[in-house]
Amino acid sequence: MSVRQISVFLENKPGQLNQLTEVLAENNIDMRALSLAETSEFGIVRLIVEDVYEATQVLKDAGFVSSLTKVVAVAIPDEAGGLNKILKVFTAMHINIEYMYAFLGGKEVKQAYMIFRVDDYKTASAALRSAGLKLLDQEDIADL
Amino acid sequence: MERYYQPEIECASREEIKKLQDERLVKQVRHVWDNVPYYRKKMEAKGLTPDDIQSAEDLYKLPFLSKKDLRESYPYGLVGVPLKDCVRIHSTSGTTGKRVMAFYTQHDIDLWEDCCARAITAAGGGDEDVVQVSYGYGLFTGGLGLHGGSHKAGCLTIPTSSGNTERQIMFIQDLNATILCCTPSYAAYLGESMREMGLSPEEIPLKAGIFGAEAWSEEMRHDIEKTLGIKAYDIYGLTELSGPGVAFECSAQNGMHINEDHFIAEIIDPKTGEVLPEGTQGELVFTSLDKEAFPLLRYRTRDICTLTREKCSCGRTHVKMCKPKGRTDDMLIIRGVNVFPSQIETVLLNNGYQANYQIVVDRVNNSDTLDVRVEMTPEMFTDNLGEITRRQRALVDGLKSMLGIKANVTLVAPKSITRSEGKAVRVIDKRKI
Repeated sequence: MSVRQISVFLENKPGQLNQLTEVLAENNIDMRALSLAETSEFGIVRLIVEDVYEATQVLKDAGFVSSLTKVVAVAIPDEAGGLNKILKVFTAMHINIEYMYAFLGGKEVKQAYMIFRVDDYKTASAALRSAGLKLLDQEDIADL
Repeated sequence: MERYYQPEIECASREEIKKLQDERLVKQVRHVWDNVPYYRKKMEAKGLTPDDIQSAEDLYKLPFLSKKDLRESYPYGLVGVPLKDCVRIHSTSGTTGKRVMAFYTQHDIDLWEDCCARAITAAGGGDEDVVQVSYGYGLFTGGLGLHGGSHKAGCLTIPTSSGNTERQIMFIQDLNATILCCTPSYAAYLGESMREMGLSPEEIPLKAGIFGAEAWSEEMRHDIEKTLGIKAYDIYGLTELSGPGVAFECSAQNGMHINEDHFIAEIIDPKTGEVLPEGTQGELVFTSLDKEAFPLLRYRTRDICTLTREKCSCGRTHVKMCKPKGRTDDMLIIRGVNVFPSQIETVLLNNGYQANYQIVVDRVNNSDTLDVRVEMTPEMFTDNLGEITRRQRALVDGLKSMLGIKANVTLVAPKSITRSEGKAVRVIDKRKI
């Protein structure tokens, strides 16, 4: 079970991220989650959206370079020890995390969501599920 | 089947070519002596008269002409006939200084168009072909040169001129254009645009392209051939000598045949002016053999290249020049090292990037800096920051080993470097010296 994340190339200079959000706003695209990774010259914006196809089309038409990456999305209670529980599973399975980020919100209160980029999302998903954690797929993202 | 426009000349024996060159050179020198006082003074200064030139072997005795001479004699100083006998002028873009103006009689136009017709025919063009000329029409020789050549080769000619990419693509599609003539950077841009429109190479009716007027690398040729699904042929020329068609590529695609019935080519050492043996790299020098309005003797092109007389598989016997390594005026001297934009382009294409780049040279604390701005492409982008940085470092290493100096590489957003519909602005030199 996985979610498709959109990664977009941006130059690291004033106004670039705003250009991207402008395009998303114009096309009425709601972001569920956003994370930034950067060097001094360029950056990668990582987005989770409801309609991946629409968002990538819109970005392409606006001249952005983007790619899709499968990531694991996990729902956890927004309380102390929530993240710890997930990481324990990864440690036990020797799964390395390339990067991760969190987001809150959605209809359910007191619920947090974690996005993980790992080498092998299938093994990671299976391990998390057998540990009793709730995973999200693309449809769940739309329903949040 | 190799096609020729004038097989009796293009495939003549070396003896016949030599004989023709000797005869024409003697006449051309006499014409210049009689009608171009500017050059006559140069000859007199060396103690020469037309009688000293009996054959092509005597060519080395003649003084050189350079772009500086053309500027000094601007506009009429090198014109060899009364203006009433001239029918047209063309002019350079003036990017490297004052414009150079070239004059033509009807005879000059005819021989120039013949040269272009040879190029189009060598690219497979015939009366069943539709040639789209997307070079600029006007003072620039590209448009009208290939236009006239296309007529002579019997092709249906679409004079779209440059610009308006959507219209260019519409004509290619609607009229089934088979041969495209434009600058290589515009060909690459058209290819990119058509790919974005979802057109596969098979859906594009073009079969060949004739691309020139700016430096392009072998890798860029492969890219253009792949996206457009064509064979891409190089063409060479200078406004001063007539325009495109001084030399052109044949089916062998490994060098351009110089039209030796109209021009004698020499390679010289750019520092000493000494003539270099065949196969040695040096500056290309041309002598016109049959021009009336603007005859040029030993004109220094500033293009660095080599010549070869090795037998060509296409059957043509005229000497071949390699793709110029760069023009001496394109050459940048950075920290004392000679750098040609074409070398940088080669490294980019070898590393999977496209030829969308800009070179920015500056001087910081009395030391030159070289920054190569490269556009990110969908192929080279990944979600992995480390991988992008690794690829960037591979570019830096590749540039270092090609150029011998360190270059900084900046990855920039797609389409952020201005696209040219004529010639690409590749170099921004901010140094104030």
